[in-house]
Amino acid sequence: MNRRDFLKTSLGSAAMAATAGVAEARPNLEPAPQAIGMLFDSTLCVGCKACVTACKTVNGNKPTIVGEDLQWDSARDLAPETFNVIKVYTDGNQLTKDSEVDGFAFEKRSCMHCVDPGCVSVCPVTALVKDPVTGIVTYDVDACIGCRTCMTGCPYNVPQFDYDNPFGALHKCEMCNQKGLERINNGMMTGCAEACPTGATLFGSREALLDEAKKRMALKPGEVYNYPRGDVRDPSSYHEKAVPEYRQHIWGEKEAGGTNVMHISSIPFDKLGMPPLGERSFVSISESVQHTLYSYMALPAVVLGGLTWLVKRNTDGDDEGGEQ
Amino acid sequence: MSEHYEPLQRRVVTVPFVLLGLVALVGLYYLGVRFVNGMGAVTNLNGGFPWGIWVVYDIVVGTALACGGYALAVTVYIFNKGKYHPLMRAALLASLLGYGLGGLGAIIDMGRWWQFYNLFLPWQMNFNSVMLEVGLCVSAYIIVLMIEFSPTVMEKFKAEALQARLNKVLFLVIALGVLLPTMHQSSLGTMLIAMGWKVHPLWQTLHLQPLLAVLTAFTMGFAIVVWEASLSSIGFRRTPETHLLSGLGKIIVGLISVYLLIRFGEIIYRGKLSLAFAGDLGSLMFVIETALFVYPLVVLLSPKGRENGRSLLWAAVSMLLAGSLYRFNAFLITMDPGQGYSYFPSFPEIMVTLGLVAIEIMVFLFVVKTFPVLPRDHQPAADAKSAA
Repeated sequence: MNRRDFLKTSLGSAAMAATAGVAEARPNLEPAPQAIGMLFDSTLCVGCKACVTACKTVNGNKPTIVGEDLQWDSARDLAPETFNVIKVYTDGNQLTKDSEVDGFAFEKRSCMHCVDPGCVSVCPVTALVKDPVTGIVTYDVDACIGCRTCMTGCPYNVPQFDYDNPFGALHKCEMCNQKGLERINNGMMTGCAEACPTGATLFGSREALLDEAKKRMALKPGEVYNYPRGDVRDPSSYHEKAVPEYRQHIWGEKEAGGTNVMHISSIPFDKLGMPPLGERSFVSISESVQHTLYSYMALPAVVLGGLTWLVKRNTDGDDEGGEQ
Repeated sequence: MSEHYEPLQRRVVTVPFVLLGLVALVGLYYLGVRFVNGMGAVTNLNGGFPWGIWVVYDIVVGTALACGGYALAVTVYIFNKGKYHPLMRAALLASLLGYGLGGLGAIIDMGRWWQFYNLFLPWQMNFNSVMLEVGLCVSAYIIVLMIEFSPTVMEKFKAEALQARLNKVLFLVIALGVLLPTMHQSSLGTMLIAMGWKVHPLWQTLHLQPLLAVLTAFTMGFAIVVWEASLSSIGFRRTPETHLLSGLGKIIVGLISVYLLIRFGEIIYRGKLSLAFAGDLGSLMFVIETALFVYPLVVLLSPKGRENGRSLLWAAVSMLLAGSLYRFNAFLITMDPGQGYSYFPSFPEIMVTLGLVAIEIMVFLFVVKTFPVLPRDHQPAADAKSAA
């Protein structure tokens, strides 16, 4: 038994306990009505990292320089200055693209913009908010106290705190829609989707992207498909390519309540570094527990009443109060 | 009142006191570096481990070690066992200092500490957040502890009128002093639920997290009372309060039994027992932690063990380690955020925590030597008689 197996069984029983009415269990949150998102198709990614550079340019982030390699960005993982990064999976002789054995594949890491975001649930000061219309998980630096609970609550380890700055802040992808940038509000798409030459990162509404993903799942491997680039609802261009052997799994359709940034690939997602998640979000469980205990502060009030009565009784007739 | 408690008439500046001061200075130096150059300059925190020992020791474990006042208040005021009252002031002082350390730890670990007040602005509060509950509740409890301890200060400065007025409402403060730790200690457990899959299955008990957290807070609270009282009598060569402590031993046996029953019940019910024998770090830590819980249970089960000062002390030490390890394991040691992240505290990080603990002990020593905190020492003979 490992973390994965445990989660399958225990989340099942937790869901059962919850539906049995143990607590006023809160179900997973639902996708925002006009949620926007992205679809990353690992089989289309050629690892050029144009998206990493575009992301940094658009968001005004400095390149990650390692050693004397000044000519390119050496970002290997998410960091305060890196909201989006391309990782590589390799196995054996690494000859075949998108092959689990003796192959390699690319995977994008960036904020998944969860439908039921852990970071939003655990933040004590409402610094992280899920936009009710677009579903984008936004960050308010003026509210943030830097407690970093969001980082513990994120199943994907996405939010990054700038430890090297004495007045540091949290950094993560806000779909290029943060104050001062607001690309989505201005009818543009995210920097990474705009830059992607193969359409591996596709922009659009969650609904349209999910339809596109399902369409690709249904394609026959080997047949030619006309892949769109840019915005799936109004592609800037297309390119024809033979369909790979997709895994019948759209990451983010259901995982922990689903995500607005979804992934498809021909390699199992745990190999690509995705976490072991069931369908129920962990924060829906912790919020159920918390709201059962603190519903209208009724339980604490009753307990305080009882405690006060007991303490009063046990210290009565003792003119020194609690001092005897 | 003054006939029950008295200050220890001893020198404040002793060799141990000076040594503690040196540790404190090193800690304060690195704390200065943290505020000037950022947390990265002194800690090993990273994207997968946003919480290191400043959170997990100073707050999660430290406040549990500061539950002596809480555990004793429940015993004295809720279960009406007035005979334990002589231990109360020392326990309250330790609680106040421990929670003070927790509060301080929270501030120094806060990446944007200058905005901490957002926690107290109603329009900024997120009522879904367990962290909000912990923050508000711990802040309130520190104030409650200050009020609960204030009679000692008033007595020292002979503010009798003020003390009489406080005594009229003290019952309300005491009731709050029982409610608040129950709330935030359980929430420290609830916090683990949201961390989800990163928490090792042996410690991810989902709905049971708050209950196990409160139970360990209690066991650690009682253990620290026994430990403190034993050390005070050894360190200051005072008459031991063994007759009082052995009674606490009985309560401890009950608490550990309930805790182990729930802990193992959950593990067996969810079919995770094989993980305890997997031979990896998680199983090793689980075995050590369980052994540390079982040892005091075995020792204190027999009246002989409970009435022997030495075995009581060892049982208390074991239980303190058990509860601390339970929380360290869940929050840090067996935590695995994946993606190759790992964490071990840096030397400066450890020194900051040790420095703060040193300051805590120094203040404790100073206060018991200048304020009426410890119970008045009786003659050994008279003591033995009253115990019988």
